[in-house]
Amino acid sequence: MTAVPLRLPRRLVEFTLDGQETRVPEGSTILDACRAAGKDIPTLCQGDTLTPKNACRVCVVEVEGARTLAPACSRRAEAGMTVLTDTERARHSRKVVLELLASSTDLSTTPRAAEWLKEYEAKPDRFGPDAARVNEEPKVDNDLYVRDYDKCVLCYKCVDACGEQWQNTFAIAVAGRGFDARISTEHDAPLTDSACVYCGNCIEVCPTGALSFKSEFDMRAAGTWDEPAQTETTTVCAYCGVGCNVTLHVQDNEIVKVTSPHDNPVTHGNLCIKGRFGFQHVQNRV
Amino acid sequence: MDLRFTGAAPSDAERAAVDALLGPPPSGWEGAAERTDGDLRWATGGASAAKDRRDQLLPALHAVNDRVGWISEGALDYICRRLTVAPAEAYGVATFYSLFSVKPRPAKVLHVCTDLACAARGAGALCGDLRSEFGEPGTPVEGAVWQESPCLGLCERAPAALLLRAGGGPAGEQPTGGTSRCSAVIAPATAPALAAATRSPATAPAEPPAAAAVPQAGDPSLVLLKRVGTVDPASLDDYRAAGGYTALRRAFALGPAGVIREVLDAGLVGRGGAAFPTGRKWQATAQQADGPHYLVCNADESEPGTFKDRVLMEGDPFALIEAMTVAGYAIGAERGYLYLRGEYPRAYERLSNALSAARARGLLGADVLGQGYAFDIEIRRGAGAYICGEETAIFNSIEGQRGEPRSKPPFPVEKGLFGKPTAVNNVETLVNVLPILERGGAAFAATGSGSSTGTKLFCVSGQVARPGIYELPFGANLRDLLGLAGPAENLRAVLLGGAAGGFVRPDELDIPLTFEGTRAAGTTLGSGVVLVLDDSVELPRILLRIAEFFRDESCGQCVPCRVGTVRQEEALHRIVDRTGAGAAEDIALMREVGQAMRDASICGLGQTAWNAVESAIDRLGVYK
Repeated sequence: MTAVPLRLPRRLVEFTLDGQETRVPEGSTILDACRAAGKDIPTLCQGDTLTPKNACRVCVVEVEGARTLAPACSRRAEAGMTVLTDTERARHSRKVVLELLASSTDLSTTPRAAEWLKEYEAKPDRFGPDAARVNEEPKVDNDLYVRDYDKCVLCYKCVDACGEQWQNTFAIAVAGRGFDARISTEHDAPLTDSACVYCGNCIEVCPTGALSFKSEFDMRAAGTWDEPAQTETTTVCAYCGVGCNVTLHVQDNEIVKVTSPHDNPVTHGNLCIKGRFGFQHVQNRV
Repeated sequence: MDLRFTGAAPSDAERAAVDALLGPPPSGWEGAAERTDGDLRWATGGASAAKDRRDQLLPALHAVNDRVGWISEGALDYICRRLTVAPAEAYGVATFYSLFSVKPRPAKVLHVCTDLACAARGAGALCGDLRSEFGEPGTPVEGAVWQESPCLGLCERAPAALLLRAGGGPAGEQPTGGTSRCSAVIAPATAPALAAATRSPATAPAEPPAAAAVPQAGDPSLVLLKRVGTVDPASLDDYRAAGGYTALRRAFALGPAGVIREVLDAGLVGRGGAAFPTGRKWQATAQQADGPHYLVCNADESEPGTFKDRVLMEGDPFALIEAMTVAGYAIGAERGYLYLRGEYPRAYERLSNALSAARARGLLGADVLGQGYAFDIEIRRGAGAYICGEETAIFNSIEGQRGEPRSKPPFPVEKGLFGKPTAVNNVETLVNVLPILERGGAAFAATGSGSSTGTKLFCVSGQVARPGIYELPFGANLRDLLGLAGPAENLRAVLLGGAAGGFVRPDELDIPLTFEGTRAAGTTLGSGVVLVLDDSVELPRILLRIAEFFRDESCGQCVPCRVGTVRQEEALHRIVDRTGAGAAEDIALMREVGQAMRDASICGLGQTAWNAVESAIDRLGVYK
């Protein structure tokens, strides 16, 4: 059973959300309030284990009196504020942001992207056939995971997970500027020459599938990746005494990917190289 | 932190350049060539000490770039060891700035401005000549390379070029002024002059004095520019003889709260473009319980067409130092940072000189004027990034991070530089504080019109007879200003406020040049840019240059700006030779993207990037 730490009671903040009086604990974001109220706001750079960079801007909402729209994922609810999540203005920005992303990057493995594009009637093709794209080849430089930056939306989550928010390895950062900005190791060196420790915590937080297990990448390339057919079994990692939960994703009796539950108080979704990638011995059949 | 370094070795010159900034490495852990027994027994530093040094990253990158001309793997690795910075992060920072290169390049780099004011005065032809003489930009020729540059802030002498040469002077000449680079400004530029200067930078003709950019120089009605051209910018005695440092004495007599009251009474608002009341900013900073408080002077003037801060800093550097001291005193700061544009070598030299002179006389330091107030100023050089003039990006840049804007709230007065309460003010705003204290807030407020009080500097460039900085009381209109500058005969349009501003028509010259007047007219005063274009200029090309500028200068952090600026530029390319129905579809597309950029971008860059193009379409009817 998970222990629930006792905290000081939090005051409630009262504000108006789409015309409804809403009360949320102090410090909650507008997104927290929206989700508590059952509203579905698209997000990419927001993640349940990280402080969002609020860089993707698909979650923008209208705050009455503000000159610009506010990112729901980062803007905290304030007493008395009036928030509108579904105005034409907010929907327009979300639509254009989705079009800009889909016209420059490959969103084919981004969960829910197709659904959002449809919902907001986004037409990425209208920028024409010559619209600049990120155009990156997948970087396959090690046996464990693949970096396919053609699918990267620069949400900064991998950088934050690798850096001070979780892993403190600092193997990757954003390099370059503007449309040419890319997630990169120093001097764009292969991962094998970088500070990477292959914890795979960047894969865990990647919202688009730009970072993936080599096993998943190969199976997708071969057309054998079949997510609905996979089972997920959460167990305890046997490598050391910390007791991390590992969730084994199994397809055709083979482990194809390992994750960790984000609400696990030990891992918060993070693992080390052994828990994440050291599963081959389980399926060594003579 | 357990960092992994690449192990690439720095050259002797690279090592020396970094050590000249940071001192010799204290131990083998920080990159000393030898690891001693003591190093193996004692560990010092650690993550918290490293945090304190992170802000030296940009100066260290400058040190290597100034000495060698580019930043090699070995140099970057050595900097990382010295500062305990992860190499990937340092690489991310180095590649953010356009003045740095992480690939080998010649020591001499010629930056040729192709931005608005220069484009209106022949930069296109100049680049054509350079292409035939030296090849495409980026091609190394005879130990030099030329490249196209965004606005260099030399608009009154357009077309302009800036030559930067890494390394000391010829044959053992010692580097001066804390930098080992050598620079030459060639403006107005011609291809032969550029070729000669590039071959021999040291013999390039000297720049005209700063006062040459002030057609009104010597006019007794000037307030902010009164000393430019009449006082030796290198002499503290001259400055004091001309009334310098009376404002600071008055500030000490009034006390910090009194200074803020005067500034509030004066109704001073920020001159950088956002027009926020300065007194309120100071008051909010001074009231913060958290400390220390910081003052940041935003001298990263990069808005195309803007050069007023450069002229102030080159022509009257002590005024800025005094004004910063007053501001620091008012907000309770002991430390001020002067974030200076990297492309302003002469302002750097003048300000460095002014700082050391002020320190030597006790006008800065542990006990300013014997009043028990400790204050000092450090100059931080930018490295070629327009975005670093954004008030929160400037903090990240000073702290040694990529110059990406932060999202607000929290606002700088609460959590600014190093997470502490900070007041950020533009150069011109600060210099206004001197007349406020000298004459009193109420007397200052008597000049001007409505809520725009005092005088304003205007950067007039383009097709006028007398381009330069003009100082006029608020309330004068565009016609008055152009009357002074001698406008073109076949006036086509005037760009107010720079690339982030808006165009107005020749029949709109009655617009009052005040914050509320321009707002009422649906345009902006911005940073005071008044770029005059006649009908010889192809407006679609100018708009394309604006779009290119924003594409190049977007930091890339948020999607609307990172991709939106690219889509805008593509659409403008498509319609550069089209009008009417042929352009309508792309204009509609730009409107949609522009709206999302304005609404959903993190900072002012993305929010305003579409303004000028939109105004050209709506007000000037460019594609009709």
